[in-house]
Amino acid sequence: MADLQINLAGIKSPNPFWLASAPPTNSGYQVQRAFEAGWGGAVWKTLGDPIINTTARFAAASFNGKKVAGFNNIELITDRPLEVNLKEIYETKKRFPNHAIIASLMVEPKQEKWHEIVKRVEDIGVDGLELNFGCPHGMAERGMGAASGQVPELVEKQTYWVKEVAKTPVIVKLTPNITDITVTAEAAVCGGADAVSMINTINSLMGVDLDSWNTVPHVAGKGAHGGYCGPAVKPIALNMVGECARNPLIDIPISGIGGISNWKDAAEFILMGATGVQVCTAAMHHGFSIVEDMIDGLNNYLDEKGIASVMDLVGKSVPKYSNWGDLDLNYKVVARINNDVCINCNKCHISCEDTSHQCIDMLKDATGKSYLKVREEDCVGCNLCSIVCPVDGAIDMVEIKQTLPSMTWNERQSRIASFMT
Amino acid sequence: MSTITGGRISSNLVENFEEIHKGLTRSEAIEEANRCLYCYDAPCITACPTSIQIPKFIKKIATDNLKGSAKTILEANPVGASCARVCPTEELCEGACVLNHDTKPISIGHLQRYATDWAMKQKEPLFKAGDSNGKSVAIIGSGPAGLSAARELSLLGYQVTIFESAEEAGGLDRYGIVSFRLPREVVQWEVDQVEQLGVEIKTNTTVGVDISTEEIINQFERVILAVGMGQVPNLGIEGEGLKGVYDAIEFVKKTKVDAPTDELIGKKVAVIGAGNTAIDAATTAIRLGASNVKIVYRRTKNEMSAYQFEYDFAKQDGVEFRWLTAPSKIVSNEQNEVAGLECVKMTLDEPGLDGRQKPVPLENSETVLDVNVVIKAIGQSKHTKLIEAFGLNHTKGVVDVDSETFQTSQENIFACGDCIFGNGQGEAMVVSAAQQGKEVAKAIHRTFMLQSEIA
Repeated sequence: MADLQINLAGIKSPNPFWLASAPPTNSGYQVQRAFEAGWGGAVWKTLGDPIINTTARFAAASFNGKKVAGFNNIELITDRPLEVNLKEIYETKKRFPNHAIIASLMVEPKQEKWHEIVKRVEDIGVDGLELNFGCPHGMAERGMGAASGQVPELVEKQTYWVKEVAKTPVIVKLTPNITDITVTAEAAVCGGADAVSMINTINSLMGVDLDSWNTVPHVAGKGAHGGYCGPAVKPIALNMVGECARNPLIDIPISGIGGISNWKDAAEFILMGATGVQVCTAAMHHGFSIVEDMIDGLNNYLDEKGIASVMDLVGKSVPKYSNWGDLDLNYKVVARINNDVCINCNKCHISCEDTSHQCIDMLKDATGKSYLKVREEDCVGCNLCSIVCPVDGAIDMVEIKQTLPSMTWNERQSRIASFMT
Repeated sequence: MSTITGGRISSNLVENFEEIHKGLTRSEAIEEANRCLYCYDAPCITACPTSIQIPKFIKKIATDNLKGSAKTILEANPVGASCARVCPTEELCEGACVLNHDTKPISIGHLQRYATDWAMKQKEPLFKAGDSNGKSVAIIGSGPAGLSAARELSLLGYQVTIFESAEEAGGLDRYGIVSFRLPREVVQWEVDQVEQLGVEIKTNTTVGVDISTEEIINQFERVILAVGMGQVPNLGIEGEGLKGVYDAIEFVKKTKVDAPTDELIGKKVAVIGAGNTAIDAATTAIRLGASNVKIVYRRTKNEMSAYQFEYDFAKQDGVEFRWLTAPSKIVSNEQNEVAGLECVKMTLDEPGLDGRQKPVPLENSETVLDVNVVIKAIGQSKHTKLIEAFGLNHTKGVVDVDSETFQTSQENIFACGDCIFGNGQGEAMVVSAAQQGKEVAKAIHRTFMLQSEIA
């Protein structure tokens, strides 16, 4: 049994699985149910001046018959009075003293507003604060959420104001609706943040109804952009976590968020530098009990790898994430088709023929039986055929040993430059 | 197992006894696992006698957590690998799957097999015995009920000894279920899992012969009777001693012990009875090369106790059914071999005491079926002698037990499995036996807890 406890900037929790600030953490009832199910922590649904919500609020993208490949919402922060939330946070913490409760906060970008809410929330006892600089809809129109999160100076300043009074660790939650997330992450560091969490949701419109021409979802015939999350956003989130993790200026822990649905997703985020993860959509799709397999699966994985603590896994893939200019131009893989496994759907052929490098031939053997073969000398090793192949093990990408030594683009350019001088 | 199809009979008899279903490939398993809705308060769990957390183990297949998946299954059902193959899933979990009302149910049995097949390939055992509590329990019979009870008691720290009269442990699973459904290796693995917990299995040891019931009662603090059932009883008609008359149980058992015999090649076979054992005997006869196999049953298809999928399977194998037909005499030739089966036509009369319509013979309806092998599959006898040797109350050979605690009329003796099945009570399924084994273990544990409370 591996040790799954984490310590994220001083916030301890029995496992790395937290519920993200979102509908699942709206109330004490819900958070207590989540802790009973096994979640290690919860970031309470954002506290601030209570808002008024619309109906409807959610929509989801199905992909080829699979429900909730992506999810979108136009729900705002808490619609309940601060006193009610604080009372329930207090009760929940009392019942679950070893679980992490982090209060997500969002107020107008004014020093006194931040000071006031931080003090009130810390007075009832939380393990940390998360500053919501990410909510992309509604609150942004009022100068909060992503509106402040997209301006590095505002991120830094507001973080600083919070740090002026905060006694517990401060996590700054970043919006992905920005060209380079490392800029706002650095701003958070400059403001004194103890950790960053990412990503909040991505601006999105889920769809248009082809009969009514209404947006999906719509509110009385009108729509507004929402925030996109769920499995579809995982690669975007994973990159942003990786970019921050490998940036030496962002030397604070990261809480990973974005499309994490199971222990494997979580392990990937942890390998890419996240100290823990936050989950929302998967819980909304299946209920809190999904955490059982997250814990069990991660534990079994760590045991199998002989790793004693999940903290030893944090960031292990970060050194492997780099710039394109540092990749070895002399490394070569080619596709190889295993004809005994291949089912002859010819998808590899047509994808290569039409859209890549025309190197998979459709042939017939002496008995007239069809088979596919890669002309390895023409294969550029793009992976496309193995991606479209429906059968496990039918196409291997195999490394071809090169006689030339490793040479990156950056090395090549600097060598050319040295010849010029 | 419901999707296994019959009808592919090879002239190579050995091949005929290889497991029909080859198991899901990884792609098939992942695809099917991801189809599961992960229902809350899922009806499949309720429908499983052992209450396996089915959506949970399926989810774990979907996330490649096969260890977790296998553990989830085997925690709830110590013979989960056998059950993955022999459970009447459409009557149980798959029958309850909500997708029956939408697309098609999840292949829970196949997924369960996928996860347990993975477990069978691992070296590390999934379970560890509990710290010894110094208490000893004897279990008579190493079938699914006995193995299940032994596993549960070991986890609770009991020292368990199983007494098994046969050469190998496993009981019905080992000897009574045809190899093409349940290969020996699967049962052996389940036996191994129980043995590695420290359970001692004394095979070739018949209680009442090799060791007396008194010795058992004196040597152990609690006793569990899990002896299953015995031979097929006599038909009570002329010719039962002829060469070519078989007991279905023995007939199937032989194929699980020895290489397939060639003595049925080209033979014409009548199987008497229409339960699941009759189907097993009939399909086994087909697989041994019989040229024609008929099931002879005195009632109709509506009354047969074989499951629908068993019936379908037999039909696919080419088994014929003769409804409303009762054997009246086995005809002999001069060499004392079976030369035919004389039958009378029946009709269904008013319902009898058991609620089933009573079959009555039609006068002058005798016909002789042209067969040279007769296999009897009209139920199984009870181990009444042993039950009485333990001094247990019983009703027509069915041990009387408390329906909750499985306690017999003797305070320290409990019973579970097929020996408490019958007279309209219980279900003779492997999975029910497994559940009863678990419950008996819990009940025994409770008796000790109560004692220690008193002390």
